[in-house]
Amino acid sequence: MNSHFRPVGGPILTGTFLVSAAVFLVSVLILIWRFIAGLGPTTAMNDLYPWGIWITYDVVVGTALACGGYAVALLCYVLNKGKYHHLIRPAILTSALGYSLAGVSVIIDLGRYWNVWKVPLLWNWNRNSILLEVAICIMTYVVVLWIELAPAFIEKWEEDAPWQWLRKLSLKIHPWLNKILIPLLALGILLPTMHQSSLGSMMLIAMHKLHKLWHTPMLPLLFLLSCIVMGYAAVVFETALADKVFKLPRETKLLAPLSIAMVVVLFAFLVVRMGDLALRGRLGLIFRFDFYSFMFLLEIALFVIPAVLLMFRRFRYNPGVEFMCAMMMMTAGLLYRFDAFLVGFKPAPNSAYFPSIPEMFVTLGLVGFEVMAYLFIVKLFPILGGATHAAPRTGLGGVSVPASGG
Amino acid sequence: MSVTRRSVLKGMAAAAATSVTGVPKALARERKKPPAGAVGMLYDATRCIGCKACMVKCKEANNLPPDPGGKMGAIYDAPDDLTGYTKNVIKLYREGDKISYMKAQCMHCVDPACVSVCMIGAFKKDKQGIVSYDPGMCVGCRYCMMACPFNVPKYQWDVAFPKIVKCEMCRERLAEGKLPACVEACPREAVIFGKLENLKADARKRLAAEPGRYFPKVYGETDGGGTQVLYLSAAGIPFEKLGLPDIGDQPLPELSETLQHAVYQGFVAPVVLYGALGLVIYRNRKRQSSEEEGDK
Repeated sequence: MNSHFRPVGGPILTGTFLVSAAVFLVSVLILIWRFIAGLGPTTAMNDLYPWGIWITYDVVVGTALACGGYAVALLCYVLNKGKYHHLIRPAILTSALGYSLAGVSVIIDLGRYWNVWKVPLLWNWNRNSILLEVAICIMTYVVVLWIELAPAFIEKWEEDAPWQWLRKLSLKIHPWLNKILIPLLALGILLPTMHQSSLGSMMLIAMHKLHKLWHTPMLPLLFLLSCIVMGYAAVVFETALADKVFKLPRETKLLAPLSIAMVVVLFAFLVVRMGDLALRGRLGLIFRFDFYSFMFLLEIALFVIPAVLLMFRRFRYNPGVEFMCAMMMMTAGLLYRFDAFLVGFKPAPNSAYFPSIPEMFVTLGLVGFEVMAYLFIVKLFPILGGATHAAPRTGLGGVSVPASGG
Repeated sequence: MSVTRRSVLKGMAAAAATSVTGVPKALARERKKPPAGAVGMLYDATRCIGCKACMVKCKEANNLPPDPGGKMGAIYDAPDDLTGYTKNVIKLYREGDKISYMKAQCMHCVDPACVSVCMIGAFKKDKQGIVSYDPGMCVGCRYCMMACPFNVPKYQWDVAFPKIVKCEMCRERLAEGKLPACVEACPREAVIFGKLENLKADARKRLAAEPGRYFPKVYGETDGGGTQVLYLSAAGIPFEKLGLPDIGDQPLPELSETLQHAVYQGFVAPVVLYGALGLVIYRNRKRQSSEEEGDK
């Protein structure tokens, strides 16, 4: 691949990097405690809420925010918008990091992690288990993502590798990678289509525990649509931040025409969401003005506002509005998924869950690790497009999380 | 025309649509029946005196440590619900002058949600319909706990190497020709063990003989597709009050498995989608590279 991607260069040990590293180290200490003492003392999870934020945020939300690779691949390769090609590498990088860390999070969350090697063995499979499909898809997709990203590493190592064997290996692998590219790209679109919808299907079984505003046979479709919105929004968010931090030429103008596709997806989501409630006579639940109807309305508002704003050309081409819309779309999807997995989940009358501080710190630590890995990789490897070798800012000023969830 | 972007999108939309709406009736899975040799238990709340002898015997038989439960100090075995160390618990329901005991344990569903969701079959339903647990195949994902409508499977939260814990109807004791521990211990035959069919007939007979004594329903006959542990409650005390939710007659796995198998029937849809995606990407890349050449 003859690429115009370049490493952005600059020092590795910036303020952002060090703060992220500190948060990550704290989370490592908590994790040592978790593996010695068990999940009870370290988290707020309990027998009625067996899944907390490690599943809801790091996996269910995190992988959706890491769907940038999926959303951009759909646009670039299926809808053939080749001019957005330069977005693909940063998107794949955040996807690879987001999905890998979701995998790490699952291992942390599993009570009997030492049995996990039995899961990929075909003869063990319970073909009725939706979680099994999700697990197999995500494991495979993590591998696919890193192979999709491999050219970035190989291009660099062909010219300048720390070891001679690495250089030779890179030269050998490169032509082979080009050969498998198309089947790989297709797999990179198929797998998220499968497991992102199945993440929604996972809650189908909780028929009587999940609030009627969220439990619906439409869960898989709604999860699929929401991951496209979230993935795309994460790309806009990340691109805008990267452009600012690394002083790259603004990409926002290029992204603007894509936003119209998101208007379509957002409205599709809203039509399915509201139509389903209407057809099944559940609209009344919205106007009870209890906690659940409030959460529902908040969630819907966050979908409606960007959908309406982005319909107007002048807003689409306004970087500030576009950035704000991206934030709203990410929050909308995040809230929808939190509601469907935790907020709307009421297994018994007096049941309650709110994450513990150590639990939240682990999630933060994983995000911290993601920030570190992102900064390290974009500085050393050709990921971002059209970069000038401007010295990146050091210190904390204006630098924030360019990552996509845990 | 061969495959175009439009046809792929249409295909994806169609797959999504079938996944949620038009699941043909033919694809809907059949209602499961209890196996021929189904055994079960019948708990009659009107006979229970709350002596908790069943709890003691259950712990003994299953080699489970006392569970102080936190409220009575550390020296009593006083769990207030099923826990990672308690497979059977007697609870007290009191409202005004209405009092009832309640025995909480695994219901051994005819079509269990835990078995449906378990990734590699740590939960299985055996020949007698007992839902058994194999820790060797359990990764501790706790999806069973999310799925169970009765909140039965529990997790050992306080240890580094935990297990999921739930009643397995003393299947080891049954194999030795003994009764389940709780049944053996009960001085009032408030809980009895037997062939499921006989238990159902027995429960109905009791309802018919003393309609004034009982709430007019055998819980578990049809609830959630039927359970192999049946309950009778005292007159005026509906089952929800005892912690047995009104979940209708539909087995929980019916919706999720029907949808999932409709989409993934024979893995055709994913393979077709994959092929279509590959073709479109191939065409698009070819077109693009020829355009690039044209530019030069």
